[in-house]
Amino acid sequence: MSKSLRFRSVLVLLCLLLSVFAIAPTLMQGNLPQWWTNTIGPIQLGLDLQGGMHLVLGVEVDKAVESRIDTIIDQTETLLREKDIIFKRLERRPGDQLVILVYDAAEGAKVDALMADNYPSLEAETITGAGGYIEKHFRLSDKEIENIKDYAVRQALETMRNRVDQFGVSEPTLQRQSGYRILIQLPGIEDPERAIALLGKTARLEFKMVDETANIQDAVAGKLPEGTQLLYERNVNRSTGATTEKPLVVFDKTVLTGDLLSDANVRIDTRFNEPYVSIEFNAVGAKRFDQITAANVGKRMAIVLDDTIYSAPVIRERIAGGSAQISGSFTSQEATDLAIILRAGSLPAPVKIMENRTVGPSLGQDSINKGIKSILVGAVLVVLAMIIYYKFSGVVAVIALSLNLVFIAAMLAMFGATLTLPGLAGVVLTVGMAVDANVLIFERIREEIRLGRAPKLALESGYGKAFMTIIDANLTTLLAALVLFQFGTGPVRGFAVTLSIGIIASLFTAIFVSRVVFDFFLKGRDVKRLSI
Amino acid sequence: MQLIKPDINIDFVGKRKIAMIISIALILIGLASLVVKGGPNYGIDFAGGTLVQVQFAQPTDATAIKKALKGLDLGSVVVQRFGDNQNEFLIRVEQSTAELQGLSVQIQKALGQTYEKGDVDIRRVEMVGPQVGKDLRNKGLKAIFYAMLGLLAYISWRFEFRFAVGAIVALVHDVMITLGAFSLFDKEIDLPIIAAFLAIIGYSLNDTIIVYDRIRENTGKHNKESFPFIINRSINETLSRTLLTSGTTLLVVLALFVLGGGVIHNFAFAMLVGVLIGTYSSIFVASPILIFWEQKNKAKAK
Repeated sequence: MSKSLRFRSVLVLLCLLLSVFAIAPTLMQGNLPQWWTNTIGPIQLGLDLQGGMHLVLGVEVDKAVESRIDTIIDQTETLLREKDIIFKRLERRPGDQLVILVYDAAEGAKVDALMADNYPSLEAETITGAGGYIEKHFRLSDKEIENIKDYAVRQALETMRNRVDQFGVSEPTLQRQSGYRILIQLPGIEDPERAIALLGKTARLEFKMVDETANIQDAVAGKLPEGTQLLYERNVNRSTGATTEKPLVVFDKTVLTGDLLSDANVRIDTRFNEPYVSIEFNAVGAKRFDQITAANVGKRMAIVLDDTIYSAPVIRERIAGGSAQISGSFTSQEATDLAIILRAGSLPAPVKIMENRTVGPSLGQDSINKGIKSILVGAVLVVLAMIIYYKFSGVVAVIALSLNLVFIAAMLAMFGATLTLPGLAGVVLTVGMAVDANVLIFERIREEIRLGRAPKLALESGYGKAFMTIIDANLTTLLAALVLFQFGTGPVRGFAVTLSIGIIASLFTAIFVSRVVFDFFLKGRDVKRLSI
Repeated sequence: MQLIKPDINIDFVGKRKIAMIISIALILIGLASLVVKGGPNYGIDFAGGTLVQVQFAQPTDATAIKKALKGLDLGSVVVQRFGDNQNEFLIRVEQSTAELQGLSVQIQKALGQTYEKGDVDIRRVEMVGPQVGKDLRNKGLKAIFYAMLGLLAYISWRFEFRFAVGAIVALVHDVMITLGAFSLFDKEIDLPIIAAFLAIIGYSLNDTIIVYDRIRENTGKHNKESFPFIINRSINETLSRTLLTSGTTLLVVLALFVLGGGVIHNFAFAMLVGVLIGTYSSIFVASPILIFWEQKNKAKAK
């Protein structure tokens, strides 16, 4: 055996061994030593193959900016009163502006000084003579707005991660995407609707006092007293399970929010054998809750979650100790989920579902079976065609093709690439195109033989002449695959990955491996006629 | 075995006018279909909307399903049989909703009222909002554009600029005819179809380059012959390879088309059309373009 052939054979064998090592965890799940599966895991399946949910949620960042301005308005109002500055009113205007109306320039100057002290980042502008008042406009700088938006998305991502962790999904993916979007992938999830409800709830918990003096009929008709709003209380009929909504008028001002919670748990009410959520406030929250309940004995306080009233109990006495309960005829799953989202914290802004793709596990398995069947049938057809057309040389091409499939699987496992349904299609396509390189080489060899060259020489020049053609032809396909990878998302990316891997593997097997096989069979023999 | 005799000499170049008429006719038929149907038939990936794949345990039909959904305000609903299972259906709604209580739940509930509870199995739900649909469409078009640009640069570098132009004309030709076939057969264009288009581009180019490579080689060898003669000879010399590779690729794509299941069906259809057209174009379009180019240049020189 010549030195070069021995070296090349060893190289091919090494690649084969490495591939077997890489594929083993996929083929014999769980029956391998720990260190082995730790080095290379099984081939990851995309959501379209293993079933699961792919969600893209858009964070409504504009709402986060608005709520930031609302907070500034609340704080400023308190400050203005503390400093005894006379002002007509404070309001938020479209275009993210905070406007303070004052009566004269002297008070206006005080406002300017106060705002410059407390909120140096706000950009100020004065408009005089607007209806006899001086309008002091303040707006957030573009950079500040960008910061708020960015922070809202980061915080939303963090909160959702908490929720997913508590929900108990194995190997979830949460990723921030451009355009204030969050990508969430939950493999193998069984109750997608529950997951959406859990992830998408803003979970803004607020406590608001009920305005008992307001006329409900007027309120429903749209006539609300100043500083109040109309919300609906959710009631569940215990026997029928039907949900009804009852209108209630509450004051705009939120007396306490869920930000001050330290814990939330599900408890069972022994009277009705019904679950409720018990919440614990942190030190600050407990103190405030104590003050509020002390000041409002006999009045009703509404517990509002995302603008729906869950209950509006009458405060019978001052409540110290900082614990409260949210009841509302929950099912035990509802109560569990509510406790989870209260513990995980609220989202800084509401989210919207921009994309949802859910595949049930049975469909995923179906797709795998069908994909593998197409690969096998396609491969058998190609094998038959090659052997009928090229006889012994066809067998060599088939050996190269089989190794090609092994290498593709191995590379998928080694790179931790995700195999998707279009990815399987990519493998099928590679099977068809992989033999192309061998076809090119064999046609060249036939040409050389027709020119009267001896088999070994024909082989030599056939491989040599076809080489650049094969490289040119495959590089262009690789180029298309790479562009696809760059611009594609999800499943399409999977196609680009297997196609690229397939091209690289087929270059190696068709040019290098098949040559080694030929040389191996021809070595030391004086072959007069090449079976091609 | 040999299907193509080594000394074969078919006058492909001489038939280039007929080929051009056929190509233009195919493109026009496709365009006409696109115009009549008001643009490409985008699936929910690009148009936005909601798609629910349902499997029923009992036999049913599209009319019955539509009736079951009548109570919902869904806008236009399309119900069609899907895949090779008789009781599997796709329900497609143009609306998409950003609300957390998704349309799929409403559909599931409505179906649950008409059919027995365990009879309805929701196997797949896809909801794409209009914004995401627009983004995906832009990305897809960008992908095709950049792929072509990259290929133009690569072929100009490896061959000559006129070869690159010929290859790109062939690619546009292939993609347009495939697009037309999609419109003609009322198939939806979804994300995987963009992947198929790029695969077609890659495949068709592969074919074209192999012929070009031979032209380049033969130009050095037979510099006394005319350019059309060299091109024709090159096509004939590579004919055996072209047909064999197309044959094996068609075999696997057919396997995918027949056995791959509903989700991959349209993808396989695109590949099937693409491989056929790609093979045709590398023989009848990409190379004869070089002749047109040369004749034009000669005319200019005079």
